[in-house]
Amino acid sequence: MTIPLKEEFTLSIYSENHVGLLNQITTVFTRRHINIESLTTSESAISGIHKFTVVVFATADNIEKLAKQIEKRIDVLKVFVFRADEIIHQEIALYKVSTGSLLGGNEIEMLVRQYGARILEITPEYTVIEKTGHKNETQELFEKLEPYGVSQFVRSGRIAITKNKKELLETYLKKLETDEVQLN
Amino acid sequence: MKMTGAEIIVRLLEQKGIEKVAGIPGAANLHLYHALKESKIKHVLARHEQGAGFMAQGMARTTGRAGVCFTTSGPGATNLLTAIADAKLDSVPIVAITGQVASAAIGTDAFQEIDTYGLTVPITKHNFLVRKPEELLTIIPEAFHIAESGRPGPVVIDIPKDVQQQSCTFEAWPVFKEPGKGRPVTTNEVREIALRINEADRPVILAGGGVNTEESAALIIKLAETNNIPVTYTMRGIGCISPNHRLSLGMIGMHGTRYANALIEEADLLIALGARFDDRATGVSSNFCQNSEIIHIDIDASEINKIKKADYSLNASAEDVLREIIPFIQVNKREQWIDRFSELKSEMPYVSAPEEGEDIFHPLNIIKSVAHHVPEDSIISTDVGQHQMWVAQVWPFKNPRTFISSSGLGTMGFGVPAAIGAALANPRKKVVCFSGDGSILMNIQELVTMSENNLNITVLVFNNQSLGLVRQHQELFFSKNYMATQFEAKPDFPAIARAFGISGMDLTTSANPLDDLMNALEHPGPVLVNVPINTSEKVLPMVRPGAPNKDMIY
Repeated sequence: MTIPLKEEFTLSIYSENHVGLLNQITTVFTRRHINIESLTTSESAISGIHKFTVVVFATADNIEKLAKQIEKRIDVLKVFVFRADEIIHQEIALYKVSTGSLLGGNEIEMLVRQYGARILEITPEYTVIEKTGHKNETQELFEKLEPYGVSQFVRSGRIAITKNKKELLETYLKKLETDEVQLN
Repeated sequence: MKMTGAEIIVRLLEQKGIEKVAGIPGAANLHLYHALKESKIKHVLARHEQGAGFMAQGMARTTGRAGVCFTTSGPGATNLLTAIADAKLDSVPIVAITGQVASAAIGTDAFQEIDTYGLTVPITKHNFLVRKPEELLTIIPEAFHIAESGRPGPVVIDIPKDVQQQSCTFEAWPVFKEPGKGRPVTTNEVREIALRINEADRPVILAGGGVNTEESAALIIKLAETNNIPVTYTMRGIGCISPNHRLSLGMIGMHGTRYANALIEEADLLIALGARFDDRATGVSSNFCQNSEIIHIDIDASEINKIKKADYSLNASAEDVLREIIPFIQVNKREQWIDRFSELKSEMPYVSAPEEGEDIFHPLNIIKSVAHHVPEDSIISTDVGQHQMWVAQVWPFKNPRTFISSSGLGTMGFGVPAAIGAALANPRKKVVCFSGDGSILMNIQELVTMSENNLNITVLVFNNQSLGLVRQHQELFFSKNYMATQFEAKPDFPAIARAFGISGMDLTTSANPLDDLMNALEHPGPVLVNVPINTSEKVLPMVRPGAPNKDMIY
């Protein structure tokens, strides 16, 4: 038997905004021993509805079951599962380098231009550089900057938007209004 | 209106029609207990919170309506966890109302503080932490609605002490909504499923806990009889069709009938109704029904394709689907298929017990004797182990909700408190609890609750002086290395029963054991009977754990 291949999936989870919801969602991953690669959460475009964007590596079969289990939580409204080619996604990274090394030569400035990064703040001691992009891009800049001394490096979780024209959740909510609400 | 949180809880429970609750008071739910004094709700004092949880389950499993239990914070809540997890795995609607330390003390490691909300997330259908008394007006009806709707399950409402104590004013009482029954099915969906059934040559119905109601059971029998479809069931499906019905294959799975496990593998269509393909039912799931098409009907969308890929599925109430589908089902004699069923049945007799009269203490004979003697609508609870499997194998269950047993979680200690809950909810019915000398010690304290309430329960302790089912696994699969399964001390269970204030009887020393057993069953009020069982008796047939169902040891 061939072992099914793990792929990268991005889950968009829409939920009520209640205390303990993150726990309700992550417990579904924990129980199945699925590691969360990245997690971002904030209020969605619809007021009062929260959105979680979760990146995981899993098999297509597992991800479908996982999504259904998350959707089963009463406070979760809807889960959408996307492959990489169905979404536009972005992460943000911040790098702190010493201002001395920035002024010492033009290599850092070159890297900032080349990678489409920007300088957020300069103080006499340190300079903060910001770059947005995919993980491999922000990682590459980190590796390029490292020889000049990076004293801090942070990266955010992924945010994603669908290539689909319609707002999926709105379509779903409209459908909910017409259907009788069901509690599994 | 102006009321305290505690009064609101009690009034809402009354409005919901709750007549009995099981529980134990403590520091964090004293206000609730104070308000209960003025209510017509009967409180049954358990002696351990797990017992209270199983009493609520006993009420729920026999009625289909949510059972309620109360516990205090901290150890009260942690003691309850097993009963909640048990309810989750068997889809039993219970509403557990737990006390919590005062809001201001939450998060300070206060006395008897525990994160009940956090602890119960993975084992409940839903849970609430109440922050203001007025929230109770929405949360309590919502909790019952969630517990009883769709696929039922346990709901926890954690209520801090100050929320119970504080008053709030409100305009009107909320309305309790009828439980949700899932989405309506369309005629097209039903037609397609009916077509598959009509066209199949060798169909088998697999009935699970989702169809264990009177309405569904009647519909399954109608479907089966119209189209001549053999019916097998999981442990949670016991009672949906009489094992003596000509189309009944008996129970499937690890300790099911050999002919059910064999015939299902010859089927070309499996119709799974409210069943979830648990490993105890399917054995190695990838080998299960490999060559048949599968129709899966379940109200829980996450069950569809979870273990077995369905060729046709409907995410709806099995009862609704059955009702809609029957008019489209053709009359079919299926002579060949039914002949094959009869052939297998005579080739593979199920469980063999010595002739009655030869060995009355053979567990299967004891169970059959009891079944002959008690009314047909009696409620049977079991603990977990060999006695549970023997009852599941040979008790002639004819009615849904009459067999109550911890199936999914397999919790020893379930039997006695669940029997108490069943007796509380069904005061006119006979309740028999089959237990073992291992299981009964896990909640033996509830014998005192049985005594206090003078409930009509006969507890039969199948005493083989060992953890029999585990011992059986050691005998068969661990080279007879009986590590930690043979008891050295031999407790005198009838004496323990008498010490708790209920009658105790020992068949070991009895001159006419069968007569004494019948007398015990007729005795009004609680009785415990010690039944000596030969330690070497095994539950057979059996599927080795990890083996496909067709390879049964018998």
